[in-house]
Amino acid sequence: MYAYDELDRAVINERVDEFRDQVKRRLSGELTEDEFKMLRLQNGVYLQLHAYMLRVAIPYGTLSSSQLRRLAHVARRYDRGYGHFTTRQNIQFNWIKLAELPDALADLAEVGIHAMQTSGNNTRNVTSDQWAGVAPGEIEDPRIWSELLRQYTTLHPEFSFLPRKFKFAITASAHDRAAIKIHDIGLRLHKNAQGDTGFEVLVGGGLGRTPFIAKTIKPFVHGHDLLSYVEAILRVYNQYGRRDNIYKARIKILVHELGIEKFAKEVEQEWLQMRDGALTLDDAVIEDIRSRFTYPAYPKLPHMPDELKKAAHDPPFEAWRKNSVAQHKIPGYAIVTLSLKPVGGPPGDATADQMDAISDLADRYSFGEIRVGHEQNLALPHVARRDLPALWKALDNIGLATPNVNLVSDIIACPGLDYCSLANARSIPIAQELTRRFANHATADLIGRLHINISGCINACGHHHVGHIGILGVEKNGEEFYQITIGGRADENAELGTLIGPAVPYSEAADVIEDIVEAYLALRARPDELFVDTVKRLGVEPFRERVYATR
Amino acid sequence: MTSPLEQKKIRITGPSVVTANRTWDGAVIYRTDGQDWSVKLSEAAIVRTSDEARALLAQSVVDDVGAVGAYIAPVEIKDSGNIKPGNLRERIRLHGVTIDLPVPA
Repeated sequence: MYAYDELDRAVINERVDEFRDQVKRRLSGELTEDEFKMLRLQNGVYLQLHAYMLRVAIPYGTLSSSQLRRLAHVARRYDRGYGHFTTRQNIQFNWIKLAELPDALADLAEVGIHAMQTSGNNTRNVTSDQWAGVAPGEIEDPRIWSELLRQYTTLHPEFSFLPRKFKFAITASAHDRAAIKIHDIGLRLHKNAQGDTGFEVLVGGGLGRTPFIAKTIKPFVHGHDLLSYVEAILRVYNQYGRRDNIYKARIKILVHELGIEKFAKEVEQEWLQMRDGALTLDDAVIEDIRSRFTYPAYPKLPHMPDELKKAAHDPPFEAWRKNSVAQHKIPGYAIVTLSLKPVGGPPGDATADQMDAISDLADRYSFGEIRVGHEQNLALPHVARRDLPALWKALDNIGLATPNVNLVSDIIACPGLDYCSLANARSIPIAQELTRRFANHATADLIGRLHINISGCINACGHHHVGHIGILGVEKNGEEFYQITIGGRADENAELGTLIGPAVPYSEAADVIEDIVEAYLALRARPDELFVDTVKRLGVEPFRERVYATR
Repeated sequence: MTSPLEQKKIRITGPSVVTANRTWDGAVIYRTDGQDWSVKLSEAAIVRTSDEARALLAQSVVDDVGAVGAYIAPVEIKDSGNIKPGNLRERIRLHGVTIDLPVPA
């Protein structure tokens, strides 16, 4: 966990007071909606179909049990008893009243949580690997650098009015769980030939209307130079990014139009003017941040305790363990993913009661810490392997032990037309239907790793472009239709999916996905060839033929 | 179901209403004949031509304190005289989400 200092707390509290005054002036008519809109967006407040929505940041996906309890309190006191975890390590409350928002934010501020810059044309919540600090083989904990960037970008005056929103993601593992290649700036921590720690810097990734995979702009930037180099990128973007057309305003468009070489040259020129200046990080600053992250004092425990050996004979436990339990860097411990994808449930939602129960379980089994992943699941990062059977039972009691992590029913979906004012079609009912179709665990296990991503509009909050199977809701003559792509992926080998054929109506969408999965089972070279690898090997044509032959 | 945020011109082809969200809580509201707002679609002022729609919207947006994001939405008038939302988006705004909420209301 990271311990906030007095300055952090003061910044958050001052922002609550400021926003309380802005809300008061809005409700009295002193501020018009045009004047207020930008202010509310900078505090994470959207207006959706039925109500205001508050988006709260969970920087680099790390939560304490007391913070999660407070989120449960906000869900219960100010909303309708649940929250929705998003693809960018945020939580959204969908039914919040503007008049009560300042009180909700004040309650969150007491535990160091805020909604600053979770919307608007500024630098957004800095995201990272949800297994940061506990994943085996990690270069170092990427949250140290995430926190540095969080402090640097929060209320940065030069970057509060960018041409468009701007998102960072950081990973320090070979396997990218933070989807850095679909971010405006992606950072991959690694060591150079001299053994120094630094970053491969990628730029210009993003989905939405015009999707791009990020390109490497610099293979190695030393950690000391991280802020100055990032600032150089942002300055070039701030200067040349298009403000005349919202659809062309993201940095990905600038990088694409200039070309990565020319863009890199512009950044390099900017950087040369500032690289050894005030933004150079000395070791003391980095160490100060590092020292504020506390790690559990892990008691030494056996890697294969008797409790686990005994439970291994229980098939339901083993099914859950196989998909939900990952290796920890410390022997005797494990990382446990909590599926927020129950059969028939909305992906990413958790009730206040579940949040409270997870907090209690985190205190009991995970040193009081919880993580949030971009796949819209939670994780307990420090679980003793001997406690896995007991934890599984406890999770099962609160509906959080669905054994489907990384399987076909572990679907990423945006709120879609059920909530969102931008959406053209519903996402959640499609996801719910698919989880019912693939509810049989043996079938899902046979299919293996398969990521389905659903977005209700081209803004792509459900990351459909990079789903192994991507589903995009569109509107045709007032009816909901869905475009299907296959072959996308969001990891270190990120790719955009390819459209498989004409959009299909709502009533046929789940049938088409079932047909695609059946085609995969028939086409795969061997049982362990993943769906995405079969598509890579064969292309989309064999799938298109099988799926559309009878349509 | 194209988002009203993308509405460029006001051109209606059938009966329509002006709808918005109430400022203090975001609730869905409809402009009434009495130049007020109601949460009931049945109390909404009905317009049938583009000129009428423009006029109703113009007098609706004057109330910037009570309502946010006013726009014109299609409705259906049933033989019984009942007013129904004209598309899925408006049905969801009036009746709520099409799924069971994680916590029943």
